[in-house]
Amino acid sequence: MTYDIVFVIASALAVISALGVVLAGNPFHSALSLIMNLVALATLYLLLQADFLAAAQVIVYAGAVMIMFLFVIAYLGGRADEPTRDVPLWQLGAAVLAGGAIVVEIVVAVATEAFGDGKHVSDQFGSPAAISDTFFSTYLLAFEATSILLLVAAVGGVVLGSRRPSPRVDEPDAFPDRAPVPKELELQAAVMGTETAFPVTHVPPRQSRAIEEHEG
Amino acid sequence: MHVGVEYFVSVSAMVFGIGLFGVFTRRSPLILLLSVELMLNACNLALISFARYHGTNDGQVFALVVMGIAASEVVVGLGLVVAVARRKANLDVDRMTALKN
Repeated sequence: MTYDIVFVIASALAVISALGVVLAGNPFHSALSLIMNLVALATLYLLLQADFLAAAQVIVYAGAVMIMFLFVIAYLGGRADEPTRDVPLWQLGAAVLAGGAIVVEIVVAVATEAFGDGKHVSDQFGSPAAISDTFFSTYLLAFEATSILLLVAAVGGVVLGSRRPSPRVDEPDAFPDRAPVPKELELQAAVMGTETAFPVTHVPPRQSRAIEEHEG
Repeated sequence: MHVGVEYFVSVSAMVFGIGLFGVFTRRSPLILLLSVELMLNACNLALISFARYHGTNDGQVFALVVMGIAASEVVVGLGLVVAVARRKANLDVDRMTALKN
């Protein structure tokens, strides 16, 4: 009975906060609604005996990812707001149709199927030990691929976020003494601006020789 | 009322549909990223509920991988949003057509 009540409250919260994400005018309210949505989903994970994932959801998502979102929204200030422009009616209709179609399809599909009770599982189901047992044996390749993906994303984030004062690409005469952008960096510079283009220059060999001489 | 796997999957479908609606209608890249997060989390809920139904850990492992992918997507997406915002005044996904054609 308690299970049912918790399920109803958590799922209602999840749906309402999801609507809040999509319909809120202020991006701050959207992000805060998403945090509520994540917490509600973590409650549902707990009901499904996924204890570790519920904790990871709250710590990683609600704690880390969403804080980054809020930082960016605060950094952008008023520019983060929605551009004031009416969404065409056909687009609204298509959105309702697409979203509604998926909901109706899945609900009908699962409602017509007799699922019955799930398998009986031990108390250890969903514990960190049980998950890591599967993760580090059967899905070891996926684990390694995910870690490489995270590394690449971190490097990409640094490249995208780095800032060097430089003229825009379309104003080459603003700093005439600046060296021209090398050919292979032109595309990158055209897309993201010259402040994110990194020309790699060699360290002059003189320096190292000077150090050697000094030491010798 | 017995809450089985079908209820959890239905909730996941609703959240996914709402996220899809957001991707269709909103124009701010930040809200688009939030809507995509919504859809990814709905997928996670479906994966975890089926993992519980079948009594195996595999679905939970998939959900962990999805969390990692979502985190890297947010990093790159927010980096792009900030990079665009530094160069242009307004953030509108319909006007970001520099790479078109």
